[in-house]
Amino acid sequence: MICQECNQRPATLHFTNFSNGEKTEMHLCERCAQEKGEMFMMNQGPGFSINNLLAGLLNMEPAFKTKAKEPFPQEKVIQCDNCSLTFPQFVKIGRFGCAHCYDAFREQLSPVIRRLHSGNSTHNGKVPQRIGGSIQLQRNIASLKNTLSEHIAREEFEKAVELRDQIRSLEKELAEKRRGGE
Amino acid sequence: MSLERFINQAVSSWMSEDGPDSDIVLSSRIRLARNLKEMKFPALASGEESGEVISHVKEMLQQGCPSRFGPLELLKMEEIQPLQKRVLVEKHLISPHLAEHSPHGAILLSENEQVSIMLNEEDHIRIQCLFPGLQLSEALQAANEMDDWLEGGIDYAFDEQYGYLTSCPTNAGTGLRASVMMHLPGLVLTQQLNRILPAINQLGLVVRGIYGEGSEALGNIFQISNQITLGKSEDDIVEDLKSVVSQLISQERSAREALAKTSNIQLEDRVFRSYGTLANSRIIETKEAASCLSDVRLGIDMGYIKNISKNILNELMILTQPGFLQQYAGGPLRPEERDIRRAALIRERMKMELSQ
Ligand SMILES: [Zn+2]
Ligand SMILES: [Zn+2]
Repeated sequence: MICQECNQRPATLHFTNFSNGEKTEMHLCERCAQEKGEMFMMNQGPGFSINNLLAGLLNMEPAFKTKAKEPFPQEKVIQCDNCSLTFPQFVKIGRFGCAHCYDAFREQLSPVIRRLHSGNSTHNGKVPQRIGGSIQLQRNIASLKNTLSEHIAREEFEKAVELRDQIRSLEKELAEKRRGGE
Repeated sequence: MSLERFINQAVSSWMSEDGPDSDIVLSSRIRLARNLKEMKFPALASGEESGEVISHVKEMLQQGCPSRFGPLELLKMEEIQPLQKRVLVEKHLISPHLAEHSPHGAILLSENEQVSIMLNEEDHIRIQCLFPGLQLSEALQAANEMDDWLEGGIDYAFDEQYGYLTSCPTNAGTGLRASVMMHLPGLVLTQQLNRILPAINQLGLVVRGIYGEGSEALGNIFQISNQITLGKSEDDIVEDLKSVVSQLISQERSAREALAKTSNIQLEDRVFRSYGTLANSRIIETKEAASCLSDVRLGIDMGYIKNISKNILNELMILTQPGFLQQYAGGPLRPEERDIRRAALIRERMKMELSQ
């Protein structure tokens, strides 16, 4: 199949979208898809197949583009020191090489992740029990603190004192856990 | 092999069980993506590293797995035939990616095929649980049990901000893909689905046909799943999907009622013509078979057809795919041969139904 935009290169990306009751299909080469990328994201919402779109999305990520062009000299390509994947390679294939890539690309990643997950940037779900104990504790403390300020606002001081003690002991536990981990 | 035995092997036993709302929701599926902390993701891992992932899980398996679906069996992709792989794909137990591009891939499978765990696909571990009807919370709970067991012996790649770290950034966070397979002939016939689909997309859910190429939905069967995996809890993702699915169910039911009211005889005619086609044709393409099967299933649900089991749609949608037809025939078939075999298999299956 030939790209319907330039009618020259073979179409390697195929998009299907439902909008206003109409099904539309697009068959594009990589270059045209990239050029159209911005438009897709604005108009189409999440209807397009996300994996196909990812390469285009990352390529047009403005934070990355300006950074790559201006402040960094060519030899300073960001790279994961564990698996050696470079950030441009990640952009091209849309896949990480290992868990450490998330650390290596953390700065560049933030706008991309937000865009892929409707503006969300922080995990709010399950935490692995064995390695995630302190994260769970932190979350518990945060939620207790919320309840505490509610009690104070309602002048329920007895309950507040009880909660404060509970929070203190959890904070102590958290500090011990962190010391033990290091 | 007799057709009956073949079907029993081909159709996972959980599929013949009844679930809530199973007149419209054919199945519920939960998938969790997980990775090992210190290993390169499968795409970059060496054969040796991938082998380590498998042997680690194998060791855990030997120490005992608490699966409530019975013992899990380990199958390595390099050890099974291409046609067998294709059959596993057509049963939705493994992905095409695992079958075709994962030489070091493997799967752990429970006997009733309700639980499957893919190893070294795009991620090191992908847990999948399937339930009949609308049972997303039940499937999530089952998947969590397998996840907790695996976590007991594996250091997962987990990040405070990005949650469970996955090969593709679209899966990071919960690593959770929840989906339901729905039969929506009423909404298609009354042409309401085109209006509803964009609204569902707006809610962050993805709709796609699961049989057939690209977006063409064969047999009026659609898969609805969550798009985002980061920022919401697992329970919220499942609840949000459930509430949309419940609305779709009631819309499908009213569409069916409206059809029965306004075009009863036309609908009955359509159902029985499709029945006739399935029972008598000598050559049938996938597309026609799927559309007739959808009509017949609708006819069963609406009471026009009484002596045929509901499972015929799910069963024959799976059995009439190329991999299964070739497995039943015992060798490769050209597309024209498949159409003849497909017609024969469907006729035989319909006859089986009448003799029961
Ligand atoms: Zn082009
Ligand atoms: Zn890496």
